[in-house]
Amino acid sequence: MFISIAYFFQIILLQSVENPTSYQAEKINKLFNYFNIAAACMLLLVCFLVIFICIKFKEKKGDEREPKQTTGNKKIEALMIGIPALLLVWFFYQSLTTMHAVASPVPAGTEPDVIITGHQWWWEVDYPKANVVTANQVHLPVGKHLLMEMRSADVIHDWWVPELGNKMDLVPKINNYLWLDINKPGNYIGACSEFCGAQHAWMRINVIAQNENDFQNWLAQNSKDAVVPTDSVAIKGSEIFETQTCASCHRIQGTTATSNVGPDLTHLASRTELLTGLMKNNEENLYKWISHPQQVKPGAHMPDFKYEKDTVNAIVHYLSLLK
Amino acid sequence: MNQSIQIPEPASPFPGIGVSSDQGLLQWISSVDHKMIGIMYLLIALIFFLIGGAEALLMRIQLGQPVNHFLTPEAYDQIFTMHGTTMIFLVAMPAVLGFSVYFTPLMIGANEMAFPRMNSFSLWITFFGGLLLYFSFLAGGGPDAGWFNYSPLNEKNYSSSNGIDYYAMGLLLTGIGSVTTSINLIVTILHYRVKGMKLNMLPLFVWMVFVNSFLLIAAFPSLNAALAMLLLDRQFQAHFFNTANGGSALLWQHLFWIFGHPEVYIVILPPFGILSEVFPVFSRKPIFGYAFVAASSVAIALLAFGVWAHHMFAVGLGNTVDAFFSASSMLIGIPTGVKVFNWIATMYGGKIKFTVSMMFAIAFLIEFTIGGLSGIAFSIVPIDWQLTDTYYVVAHLHYVFIGGTIFGVLAGLFYWFPKMTGKMLDEKMGKWFFWLFVIGFNGTFLVQHALGMLGMPRRVFTYPDLPGYAILNLISTMGAFLMGLSVLLLVYIVYKSIKNGKAAGNDPWNGFTLEWLTTSPPPLKNFDEVPEVKSRWPLWDLKQLKEESRK
Repeated sequence: MFISIAYFFQIILLQSVENPTSYQAEKINKLFNYFNIAAACMLLLVCFLVIFICIKFKEKKGDEREPKQTTGNKKIEALMIGIPALLLVWFFYQSLTTMHAVASPVPAGTEPDVIITGHQWWWEVDYPKANVVTANQVHLPVGKHLLMEMRSADVIHDWWVPELGNKMDLVPKINNYLWLDINKPGNYIGACSEFCGAQHAWMRINVIAQNENDFQNWLAQNSKDAVVPTDSVAIKGSEIFETQTCASCHRIQGTTATSNVGPDLTHLASRTELLTGLMKNNEENLYKWISHPQQVKPGAHMPDFKYEKDTVNAIVHYLSLLK
Repeated sequence: MNQSIQIPEPASPFPGIGVSSDQGLLQWISSVDHKMIGIMYLLIALIFFLIGGAEALLMRIQLGQPVNHFLTPEAYDQIFTMHGTTMIFLVAMPAVLGFSVYFTPLMIGANEMAFPRMNSFSLWITFFGGLLLYFSFLAGGGPDAGWFNYSPLNEKNYSSSNGIDYYAMGLLLTGIGSVTTSINLIVTILHYRVKGMKLNMLPLFVWMVFVNSFLLIAAFPSLNAALAMLLLDRQFQAHFFNTANGGSALLWQHLFWIFGHPEVYIVILPPFGILSEVFPVFSRKPIFGYAFVAASSVAIALLAFGVWAHHMFAVGLGNTVDAFFSASSMLIGIPTGVKVFNWIATMYGGKIKFTVSMMFAIAFLIEFTIGGLSGIAFSIVPIDWQLTDTYYVVAHLHYVFIGGTIFGVLAGLFYWFPKMTGKMLDEKMGKWFFWLFVIGFNGTFLVQHALGMLGMPRRVFTYPDLPGYAILNLISTMGAFLMGLSVLLLVYIVYKSIKNGKAAGNDPWNGFTLEWLTTSPPPLKNFDEVPEVKSRWPLWDLKQLKEESRK
């Protein structure tokens, strides 16, 4: 009994925590509320029956008689089958309508607004209509009917931002689609939800939902080439970046670095976090990361290069200018 | 009435067993006696339960606080993979098979399993499969892609140690053991029943074992095929699941879950059977709705093969496919609910004895209902889209596996221990164990529902310090340690009771079924004679008869 009360309390408490901020999330939340009410009634019924029967029919001392031997009752069985069956039919209907509202089929030839590609362990973000590529922090406009395309570059990942609704797997060789109508500007966090290897835990999602104007400004800023370094340390950094191994994995728009094995760094300095949510984006953390990637994020695909201090400093300085 | 009939084999001990002369360990290893094999299955389950439990505690220490560095991510991945694999294949399976091979012959009045040597083979191949699985740690690292081991993460280019090869080979071996045991059980039940025991008079435990064996035989080929394909991929560069070379990532998921979901029912049906024995005996009433309880098991077994893709609602199969599997998964709720309500109705109007066995059975009703209801949540596709692969799933599956399977097995342990050893399992300490275990279990997993709804994905080796995460995880860790403590207490209770427990006598619970007719523990040849069976409660009939003749 105590357990069931704790269970309901928890669910009621969570209703205030769960905060759907998209059309899709609201639809699902509504259905989940119906379900919780039905489940709560069912659980209470079972708890009540069990406790009532346990108290009422406890063996009494000295009572040697055997109880009345009953073996069944067809009417009661019919109720046991009928009531749950009716409930389930109703939920199946609700489930179908919600599914259709949340995940309506994608008309052939529709171009997605955003393409998310999962990598071990970061998110590549493409805006094909605006020719912008970025990583990890996903800027999205509020009030639009967005179509997101989900791809994977290696293993199966999963896109999930609880406040924005349903999750979707990113499966290699298959393109999946997700509709999203965000209601409110804000910063929404999520995480990769399909186990994808050593750093699955640090494949967090950060969605920055902006008003249309802010979003267009952001797009315009991010479609530009990277800042060209002017001071000598930064120039040294950029040379190391382009001539040594960095450029074989990363992309900086406007330079010779064009690979997408690692995250795009064109406007790295305008992002607030490093390594998909592992730490804040500042020079100190960037220094730590470039010096010893395998200590900071063990298993990540960036090897320990064992650079000299000066070399790392130059690279960090260069990258921190890329606003 | 008391007409005796010829009992099937064996009349003399099988080669290799020296029952009268104690040959120690050799006697156990060489045994083909279904009772010794049953006990060895249970011991294997207990040993691996301690190992899998220790792995769980390591995980809970790591997750006790945010951004913890107790375990490396690589170590954590191996440990959670082995925890899941161990608990399913080396704890739940041996535990239910142990009770199955021990009590099936006894409850149908037979003296042995149909194929005693194959019985022994099944046990040892299962055990060696388990050893092979654990040998991976000595051979460069355990498997690290989760117990359901999704491709292409399970391929050589993403998991380069040999762990997953050992996983595939180990599970192939334990799978062979499970299938041969099932064949053995089916033949035993069909052919060695005592005279008069029609199939519709089978004790419900035996009925569930019977249905379960068919389920098992039908489910395992899919897993075995997938494991063989995976081995070909990893050892000989075949491309079944390797997406980089044109393989399919989803093929593995289909093959695995066509096995994997029936597997969930494979480890719950025999515990359902145990409860269907325990409730009547301790309520002093026959089971309510025998036919419905029996038929609902068949319904579950059949539906089990049409629900696998509810594990895959988030992979983008499309609304039509999702809707089909949603409907079939919801349907499973009906026969399961029928069982729960029939057990409750069995208690109604009875005379309930609160033994530890009965307490676990009653607690099962509530815990399993929680697990069942959260299961219904996952059959409603949009809710699944939100909650799948989160801690809500972790909570759900533990309420089903522990609140269901393990509670059932523990009810069975306290119920049948007197028969297996001749000693009572200490009831007073048993009640302590019960409360510690129930509180620990709910403390660990109840809060995980909340963690899932707050957005914590499963299988993460750590998590950022988001609101609520730290405290809920800490509660869960403390609950886990309480559970760990209670399991150690159980081991102590078992040890103490075997050493100097109260003598049980043949029939301590005033039972209804034939296993209570023979001595405790039963002799090598279970029965010298069994009276012809006239009803579903043969021992009850016999007692009534004695009573009448005394009058």
